[in-house]
Formats: sequence, C-alpha cells, structure tokens
Amino acid sequence: MADLRSNFVGIKSPNPFWLASAPPTDKEYNVRRAYEAGWGGVVWKTLGAEGPPVVNVNGPRYGVVHGADRRVLGLNNIELITDRPLEVNLREIKQVKRDWPDRALVISLMVPCEEESWKSILAAIEDTGADGVELNFGCPHGMSERGMGSAVGQVPEYIEMVTRWVKQYSRMPCIVKLTPNITDVRKPAEAAKRGGADAVSLINTINSITSVDLDLFAPEPTIDGKGAHGGYCGPAVKPIALNMVAEIARSAETRGLPISGIGGVTTWRDAAEFLALGAGNVQVCTAAMTYGFKVVQEMISGLGQYLDEKEITLNDLIGRAVPNVTDWQYLNLNYVTKAQIDQDMCIKCGRCYAACEDTSHQAIAMLPGRVFEVKDDECVACNLCVDVCPVEDCITMRELPLGEVDPRTGSKVAAFANWTTHPNNPLAKAAE
Amino acid sequence: MTNSPLTPGLAAARLPADTILAGFANYDPALQPHEAAVAADRCYFCYDAPCVTACPTGIDIPLFIRQIATGTPEAAAETILSSNILGGMCARVCPTETLCEGACVRETAEGKPVEIGRLQRYATDVAMQAPQPFARAAATGKRVAVVGAGPAGLAAAHRLAMLGHDVTIIEARPKPGGLNEFGIAAYKATEQFAAREIDWLLGIGGITLECGKALGRNVTLTDLRDSFDAVFLGIGLGGVNDAGLGPANGVLRDAVDFIAELRQTTDLASLPVGRDVVVIGGGMTAVDAAVQSRLLGAENVTIVYRRGQDRMSASGYEQVHATASGVRIRTNAAPVALHKNGSAAEIEFAYTEDGPAGLQHLAETFRLRADQVLSAIGQRLAVMPDGLVVAGGKLAVTGPGRSALPGVWAGGDCTEAGEDLTVSAVAQGRDAAEDMHIYLMGGENG
Repeated sequence: MADLRSNFVGIKSPNPFWLASAPPTDKEYNVRRAYEAGWGGVVWKTLGAEGPPVVNVNGPRYGVVHGADRRVLGLNNIELITDRPLEVNLREIKQVKRDWPDRALVISLMVPCEEESWKSILAAIEDTGADGVELNFGCPHGMSERGMGSAVGQVPEYIEMVTRWVKQYSRMPCIVKLTPNITDVRKPAEAAKRGGADAVSLINTINSITSVDLDLFAPEPTIDGKGAHGGYCGPAVKPIALNMVAEIARSAETRGLPISGIGGVTTWRDAAEFLALGAGNVQVCTAAMTYGFKVVQEMISGLGQYLDEKEITLNDLIGRAVPNVTDWQYLNLNYVTKAQIDQDMCIKCGRCYAACEDTSHQAIAMLPGRVFEVKDDECVACNLCVDVCPVEDCITMRELPLGEVDPRTGSKVAAFANWTTHPNNPLAKAAE
Repeated sequence: MTNSPLTPGLAAARLPADTILAGFANYDPALQPHEAAVAADRCYFCYDAPCVTACPTGIDIPLFIRQIATGTPEAAAETILSSNILGGMCARVCPTETLCEGACVRETAEGKPVEIGRLQRYATDVAMQAPQPFARAAATGKRVAVVGAGPAGLAAAHRLAMLGHDVTIIEARPKPGGLNEFGIAAYKATEQFAAREIDWLLGIGGITLECGKALGRNVTLTDLRDSFDAVFLGIGLGGVNDAGLGPANGVLRDAVDFIAELRQTTDLASLPVGRDVVVIGGGMTAVDAAVQSRLLGAENVTIVYRRGQDRMSASGYEQVHATASGVRIRTNAAPVALHKNGSAAEIEFAYTEDGPAGLQHLAETFRLRADQVLSAIGQRLAVMPDGLVVAGGKLAVTGPGRSALPGVWAGGDCTEAGEDLTVSAVAQGRDAAEDMHIYLMGGENG
C-alpha cells in the first residue's frame, strides 16, 4: 500500500491523520488509546497559563444537528480549554511522548496576550519532548470573552505579535490555528506568516446556535434556561473549511505556507479533498467523538487505496487541486453542458421534475408513464436535478463539443472566453 | 386428557393456551418511535408520488411520512384519516406489496420499499389515543340509511355524518365491523382493534347503529327509501360458493364461518381444529384460515388451489407468511370427492392443467388426510334487493356507486366495482357519500 508517512513542518508521523486539540486529546488515557487505534498524531488539548485551572459548565457542553437516522452532521460545544492542572498535563505529555516516539505530539496553547505569559508557558513545556506548538487563536466561546482564542485570531496584528514571541522563545515548530469567524481568512494567515509561523491550521469552530428548545425557548445546549453560542464543527462545516484552506493555498501572499486542514473530516475522502486543496495533513475531532478512535483505520486504508489507484504519492496529492481553484470571472462562459437522464437507472421519483419545474428553469418534461426527459432548449445546466436525484449517476451532465449548437441559445459552442472579455462586462478588456 | 397436535379428529386445546395466545399476538409488531423515524427518513417525497396513485383511497403518503419524520404523527394521522377513516385497519390488512409499497420508487431502486403500511399504523395508533379528529358540518336535516356496518358502510356513514347528515346504519349481525370484525385473521387486528376503531369512528356523532336488523328480513329497500332521503348499500357478500363436495359430513366447513367463530371466541384454546386440515382456495381467506389453524395447533395444514401459484389472489407476502407458519401450499389440484371411512376422512383431488381451453381436470388424482376441510372458494351476494340490477353476480353501479335506483348507492364487495379489499370498500363508501351529499343538497346527481 501507498506510503502514508507524513512530514509536516518537520514533525513526522506515520500517517497524515492527527487528532485535533479538543476533548479527545485532553489526557494521557485518551491519547494512548488514540495512538493504539492508529492515529498518526495528536494535538493535545489547549493548555492555559499556570494557576487556578479554568472551570467548565456542569450542564450540557454539546449541541447537535442530526441528519437521517440521528447521524451527527454538526456538533457545537461550549467547553473551554483544559480544566486540569498544568503540571498534570505536562507530566502526562512527557510520559506519552516517551512511550510513543514515532507519533506526532503537538501542544496547543492559549494564554493571555502578554509576552511574559507566552514566555513562561513555552518554558514550561520545553522539556516535555513535544514536537511542536499550536497557538489556539480560534476558540470562539468563553475564552474569547477574556481576550483569548478567537479574540486574538480576529486581530491580525495580535496574531503576528504573539507568533513572533513564540518563535523568539521557542525552538519548536509553531502552528497558528485560525478562526473562521472572520470575513477574509487570508488576513490572519498573512499575519501568522509575517510573525514567523511555520504553518497555519484551520478551521477552528464557527460561532453557532445549533437549535432552540421550543418548550424552554432557549438555545441548546441549555444551561439552567440560558444558552450561549458555541463552536460548530463536524461534516456540516467542511465546505466552509475547504474554501478557507483553498483561499490560503492559492493566495500570492501565503502560497507555500504549510496548512493543517481541519473541519468535518470524517472519511478518507474528506481528508483527500483537504490534501488536494493544499493541506499538508488533516486534523480530526468530530468523527472521533461520534464513532470513536477506530475511524482512523478506514481513513488509512481508504487514502492508501486511493493513492495506489491513482499511482501517486501523498506529496503528489497535496495541493494538486489548488491550480484549479480560481475566481468566477475566469470561468469559461462558453462551456456548455446539458443534463441527461439515464432512463434505465431512473426510479421515477420525479424529484428532478419538481425541483426544475418549481424552482428552476422548467427544463424537464414529465411524459406519460412517469418518464422524465430533459428539454435541451430550456436546460441551463444548473445541476439542481443532478443534486436532488436520489440515484447516483442517473442524471449526468453532457459537455457539448466545440461547434455543436446549443438548442437553448441557438448558437454554436465557441472557444474559451470568460467574463473578463465578455461584451456585457463594462470593464472587459478587448479580446485578443 | 391433554390434547396435542397429534390428537386425531377435531380437538380443542392442542397447544397450551399461552402458546396459542402468543402465536396470535406476535404478528408484525408495531414500529417503535426510533424505528418509525428511520423508516420515515427513507421516503423520497416523490413528485405526484406513485404510492398515492396506487392507494385506492389516495392517501397523501409522502406528506404523512414527512409529518412522522418531523415528529408530528398526529398531523400524519389526520392526513391519512381525511382520505381513509379506516386507515388504522387498512394499515394492518392492506396487501401493501401490491398497492403503495409495490409502487414505491425504492422498490424499483432497491427492492426494499418504504414501509408505508407500518408507518401508517404508527401514525394511526397515535391518533386513536385521542377522539377522532373530524367535526361535523352544520346539520342539513337530511337522513340517510346505510345498510351494512362493514368498511364501505362505515366509511360512507362517517363521511355523511361529517357533511352534516344524520345517518342510521342497519347491520344484520349482532355487532358492527363486517369483515374487519368477522372476516380478517385475528392476528392482524389484535386487542379488539376492529371494535375499538368503530367506537372511535362513531365518536363523530350523528350516526345511529342498529344491529341485528337485516335487509330483506327485517326491513326492505322500499321501506328504507320511503323513510330516508337516501340509502347506501354496503351489504358485502353474505353467501359462500359451494365446493361441490356434497354433504358436509361433519368434515367440510366454510372458511368464512370458521374465521368468524374464531374472531368471536374469547378463549382460543376452546376452539376445535383438525389434526389434518385442508383449505381449498387461493385467496386471503384461505391463507387466514390455514395460518390460524396452524396457530391453534393443527399438525398438518395444506392449502390446495386449483390453478397455478401465480394465479393465487393471496399476495406473495401472505403466501410467504403462510409457508413460514408451517402451511403447505399445493397448486394445480381441484377437489373431486370427500371420503369418510369410519373416523378417517380423506379428500380427493384431481390434478389440473390451466391452458387456453380453461382449467382441465386430469385423470390422475391424489388424496390428503383431512379431519377438517375448510372451503374458501369465494363468496356471493346473499340478498338481492328489488329493483337493483345485477352484473357478474354483484350489484351494478355507475360512477361513484350509483345504483339503478334513484337515491340508492352501493359500495364495497357487494358491487361489481368491489375488489375484495378493505381499502377499496372504504374508498367506494367515501366517494358514494360525497356523491350522495351533492344529491341531498339539491345537486344534479342521483
């Protein structure tokens, strides 16, 4: 099987699957079980400054969005950073790392935005043997109210400042974990790079209220009748995370900055998508919290099989899709496709018809015998029928070759042209 | 002396009473809430859904399943019941594999349809915890007679009452329900479901039930036409076809009677059943009689049908249920004689061949031991009220159940439109009621 060994900013692990800093990595017991299950690395749950540990709520910490059959699609949490004494965590980290030298062990950190605090925590972790540090500038609840977590991640100047301190006082690789609760994720990434970060990791969780208790009229999770926003994660956030990863991967200012991809990775396929969009490895939390540590075994076998089938290496995959991420204005407006329905595969549910007739372009005909046919002269190739069809590959898009007449417009398919040269664009440049 | 399945002749209590009870109770258990949620989630919410088209009562199935999926089974039940007031019974007895579930696109896709019948039962079971949800319209002052308190008559009566008419149901039997109460296998409608459903249905008010009163015996159609503004006939098929085997000899019995007695017996262990039971016929009644004979402790139960298995009107699901219950199904054999030598009785069958020229008896025959022969070869109209037209042995109707007489409608098994299905009878009763309403309110029909 393909070689899955990973080297992320000098941190080696037997595979690119790490557990993200979160409840599953809060203590030695869990981390040992994770390593035994096969996880390549672990980012230990965020340590805070020395002193009285943080406290957590004693009611529910998690809220959930369910799909079919109570499948967990999204999870939200209001748990804070580790609530265990610093020295206990440090002792356990040292012990685990000594017993599992081939696995990555990165320590997540969050202390007040003062140089002394960072200098002191870095000194404290110096002799744990850990492979690196991750700066938690992402958690959007609780700690952010105290000027830490996403409160730092939302101010690029702070990110740069703290990253600089960390690089100054530590020889360890430094990964800056970014918050998605921001309008343009490239700005904090650029700040991290300026501060000397070895990598960024993203996304941390998204501000969220997962649901409202319609009897109590309170957000969930509900603590004594009240609720506060939490951080949202799980499969539901993957599309947001993929976009943010791609934005950093393709930006001229941050291109080449290593990225640890996080956000809803549940299967090998999710992981492969993050890697293709430029992530050097991935971090996982919700999948493990939903199914247990064993899920990594499917990720390992699946990614290995995929690389074998493609006859590429892990490094070949990383960033492979980045050149194909572009802006809308550069998309080929002369690329014409038409939906086509495979009548043998069609089960005649009519969802394509309902979707197209009610909400799209009235481009599907319902013929006697529940036969559904695409009207090429109306089809704009929006893809909605493909998306709502319950049978995979029953509806596909046929690309019209150059020169074929598009029955909708009556024009022949022409050569590549995008918005930048389109006659309707007042800012169009003259076509060559 | 304790009886067992091996006790010769007819005998009661072949099995311990609790074994019999468990056998009758353990058929198709209700969905639990989580199971219902999972099952409901499989529905694709099809456009102009094929399952709805396949349902004789046209229940909006995708809508009610979505209402279950979103935690409102009460709303789901109202969707069901507004089309089919006997939706609870239909959920138990409909041959869904040939109706809604047979049309389900997931049957096409995966050979595994959405469990529409069980979901319908889930919703209607919830609804039956509360009074029936429909209100009566303002009183019209019109009076309607409904003859027969079976599925067709009950559906007609409920709809008529809802529309504001006063309804009197006359029923020949001592209690209402028709085939729901007397004709369907006990294990399909346990815990007095048929009776409970009728009590619940009558909760709408405006319906007077007069049991023990038969058309032709206690009252004539002319009487009813004179005293009521309109009449609905849902009289079913009270007669049974003759197997042509001569005198019963204490061995031969109509399966319909056997089932009716079983349904009205509170102590099933007191019911005698043969050691070797032969059921003649290929429909649901044959299966119901055969399976129940097994559940009562008969050692050998054989269904014998004169044509090929593909011609049996019992659904595939029912046939599998029968064989899984230990019933043997033999086809292409027709009964020709009953032999009784002392205590040992046998029934003789001729092999048959179903060809273009019709069913041919072959020369060769075989015999089966039979302490009890149950004949389930179809039913026929028992009463023929004056002035009505008969077609194919049943009442001729046009459109929504209009008979040859003005002001008289008919529906259910007694009409030529009847399909021997509870759900069809409900649809016909309901549709006749709507048509009668137009007539009663001075419309053009009737």
